[in-house]
Amino acid sequence: MEDNNKKAWLYLLPAVLFLGVFMVYPLVDVLIYSFEEGFDFASQSYYGTGLYNFSYVLHDPYFLRAVQNTFIIVVITVPLSTFLALMISLGLSRITKLRELFQTIFFLPYVTNTLAVGLVFMILFKKTAYTDGLVNMVIKLFGANAIDFIDGPYWAKMFVMCFYTVWVVLPFKVLLLTSAIASVGDIYYNAARVDGTPPGRMFRRITLPMISPTVFYLVITGFIGAFKAYSDEVAIFGTDLNSAGMNTIVGYVYDMLYGTGGGFPSFASAAAILLFAIIMTITCINLLVSRKHVHY
Amino acid sequence: MENTSNYAGVKETEKKRKAIENALIYAGLALWAILVIFPFYWMILTSFKSYASYNAEYVPRFLALPPTFNNFLNVFTTISLGKYLVNTVIYTVLTTALLLIIAILSAFAFARLNFKGRDLLFTLFLSLMMIPNELVIITNFVTVTDLGMRNTFLGLILPSAASVFYIYLLKENFAAIPDELYWAAKVDGTKDMRYLMKVMVPMCRPTVITIIILKVIECWNSYVWPRLITDDPAYFLVSNGIQELRENGMGRENIPAMMAAVVVISLPLIVLFLVFRKKIMAGVARGGTKG
Repeated sequence: MEDNNKKAWLYLLPAVLFLGVFMVYPLVDVLIYSFEEGFDFASQSYYGTGLYNFSYVLHDPYFLRAVQNTFIIVVITVPLSTFLALMISLGLSRITKLRELFQTIFFLPYVTNTLAVGLVFMILFKKTAYTDGLVNMVIKLFGANAIDFIDGPYWAKMFVMCFYTVWVVLPFKVLLLTSAIASVGDIYYNAARVDGTPPGRMFRRITLPMISPTVFYLVITGFIGAFKAYSDEVAIFGTDLNSAGMNTIVGYVYDMLYGTGGGFPSFASAAAILLFAIIMTITCINLLVSRKHVHY
Repeated sequence: MENTSNYAGVKETEKKRKAIENALIYAGLALWAILVIFPFYWMILTSFKSYASYNAEYVPRFLALPPTFNNFLNVFTTISLGKYLVNTVIYTVLTTALLLIIAILSAFAFARLNFKGRDLLFTLFLSLMMIPNELVIITNFVTVTDLGMRNTFLGLILPSAASVFYIYLLKENFAAIPDELYWAAKVDGTKDMRYLMKVMVPMCRPTVITIIILKVIECWNSYVWPRLITDDPAYFLVSNGIQELRENGMGRENIPAMMAAVVVISLPLIVLFLVFRKKIMAGVARGGTKG
């Protein structure tokens, strides 16, 4: 290759410009914001620097609620969705008839507007004066009392939230796991079969190690995605997540920035940095664990 | 003799075991398929119920008799769903186009041109992939507000027009094209830009299609940034439109009309998916494993 400095930078100009303005500069700026105390959006002035913003956020009951909600969503949906996706993919790999049909159906949630379909879930679970809703109808068939899943007790709301989150994230996981399982060569299974290996052992000794990179990839991205949960919550409970008691960390950041309680970019920045720290920590732990268990 | 009958017996039990196993697998898959399909069935069903009959059903019915199309007329006349759809299409097309141009140009520079600081710059680009959107959105909100680009398409599009991940995806692909082709084209006097558009991009069509698919799905569903940057309904995208409808519009009371809006919003991507099913699933799988 010959040298062509000028030409190369010309080709790179748009990318560098856009990334600089909308990624690099904000990254520096968010740090500055988070240390500016009492920042006033209208006058663009502040009266001091320090850690007050972080301390405010960490003592804000709304933030603590958001952290609690986010962690519950993460702890429930990440293992559950990964396990379900694994089961479904294994099931799909065992059948031939109707396989394409199932795969197509399972992928549908990926291509739908989650905000729109969330409204359907809300209607299915909601209890109003006119109707108990479909889910409650089923519950009553089993002799239990109707529950308001949308405006009712905390665990009921959390149940809907986790159910919807799993429903939304499953297609991607099923797709990746199905192709990972399909790519495991037949020779391994045939060799094992000759040795009379039982199916359970074949799964543990062949399938699982061979697809472990995909599983860990899904776990890591699953954690990151679940920590950033927000729009699925809005879809079910509306934009006022604080009063619904269902806010998440990302939701807290946006509420601080914009809307009825908004106008505090400093608090928003502090909360966003705390979220980033949490995600980085969890991802590092994940990577350390995967180093021990993943066979590349 | 005894041995053969025993063998037949083993074969018989094995066959039975297999049948039971298959039945369980199909039952499990069918159960999840129903859970996936049901919300779609319910939204289509409800969208065909009339307002009066929906509210009269204390126990919801599974058929809409007689079906009514009024809800669909309603969402285009009493609220401006048509406008939101047009906005979303404009936003999706422009964002995807701009993203592709930027990604192709910079991927070409990284893959084909030799320049000072190339490796350093590429590493810097890659490190940006770790930065979550939530961290930079605060300043972007301030930037776009200061530039007076609230409630404009520019304000909606610009912050998401460059993506390191797609640049990386394309660069890997471009780099796999043999150098000889480039030199042959050079000998023939082909300009770089022409070589890029006539040889490299067509050769990497699957990757380009993957990027288009992923970006279109992302744009169609994007909610957070449009919500921050638009408060004028004339610039609402479908996600914001449906949310507005739910909280302030007629959807609050008129659930069948709201469901009609949900059907209209969901349909384009579902139809697109059913038509290009194989390409889309392959594309998402590719984009996923490379992340």
